[in-house]
Amino acid sequence: MTTHLDGNALAGPLADFFTFDITTATGRCNGCGEVAEFARAMVYVSGAGMVVRCGICDSVLATLVDTGDRAWIGFSGVSSIEVHRTRD
Amino acid sequence: MSDLQAAPAAAAPVARVAPAPPPAPSSALRSMPRPGWHVGTVVDARRETPNATRLEIEVDGWPGNAAGQHLDVRLTAPDGYTATRSYSIASSGPGTVVTLAIDKLPDGEVSPYLVDEVRAGDVLEVHGPLGAFFVWEPASAAEPEREDAATSAGASRPAADPPRPVQLIAGGSGVVPLFAMANAHASAGDPTPFRLLYSVRTPDDLYFAEELAAISAAPAPLQFDLVYTRRAPEGWPTPPGRITREQLEAAVIPAAQHPLVYVCGGTAFVETVAAWLIELGHPSRSIRTERFGGT
Repeated sequence: MTTHLDGNALAGPLADFFTFDITTATGRCNGCGEVAEFARAMVYVSGAGMVVRCGICDSVLATLVDTGDRAWIGFSGVSSIEVHRTRD
Repeated sequence: MSDLQAAPAAAAPVARVAPAPPPAPSSALRSMPRPGWHVGTVVDARRETPNATRLEIEVDGWPGNAAGQHLDVRLTAPDGYTATRSYSIASSGPGTVVTLAIDKLPDGEVSPYLVDEVRAGDVLEVHGPLGAFFVWEPASAAEPEREDAATSAGASRPAADPPRPVQLIAGGSGVVPLFAMANAHASAGDPTPFRLLYSVRTPDDLYFAEELAAISAAPAPLQFDLVYTRRAPEGWPTPPGRITREQLEAAVIPAAQHPLVYVCGGTAFVETVAAWLIELGHPSRSIRTERFGGT
């Protein structure tokens, strides 16, 4: 059985690359039009990397492969991302 | 340790347009500490339950964290192999000592080391604080360390909505971030009504047993309900067993009171509970979930 996590698990892996918090950013799913925080997405982890799927329709939203030296980040299933600025 | 952050600096500088002006202050903007890679030194390691260890880690340069955030621990073997796992933080606030409570997973790659091997003085690589979604902060913490700058702006800011009651639902070690929230609530003397439902195998498996008893008795309102799934104490009114929809309904703040609901536990627990909450009339937008996995 493949178990999965949720988008909260993306926070660390993507914090190396993005200055915004991915878990509170919202994305629009190309599959069903749902707009939701990435924390609400489902995350499937394997040796190859992470696959992020829409929590509503299960379409692939994003993929992350990180070898340590290089990373490939795809948002193939997301038409836009809304980012909340933070003060610090 | 900072190799990942150092790499982009080597890239050729690119022309930039003038930066946008800073956004106007708004209560909708969160002020969250930025994550980074840090060196943590274990200052205390003690048994939390027969299967879990509580670690106190002094983290050099830790910017503080909100209740509910997590961090990643990265272990590196002598041959360079690395393994990274996420752990919820049981503590919150501006200090540089973070508390973790780690459950040992039978086939785990990282947790057996953290639970059975780590001793005071050991050094760990930690990345955090992480995640601003599965977070609760007391109203008094909404403008931390900004009192001077916020005085005039604060007066003109529209009055905040009355705080919504908060329902916390924990499965096993999923109690860790929810304990952080309940503890922050108690420490702040926050008047928001809180209720914690904690599903746990046996009385021996309770995390933060003393602390939960103490904050249940503190002035900040917290109602604490327990469900035992394998073995209950003598005289417990219900036989042990997995939580049922009826038990959930009886032990959570009704949807009519519009609670914010935080659910944390293993994936199956979280998804079962979240589906029942929706059946009970809680809007999905009012439910925040955090799942943890098997290794």
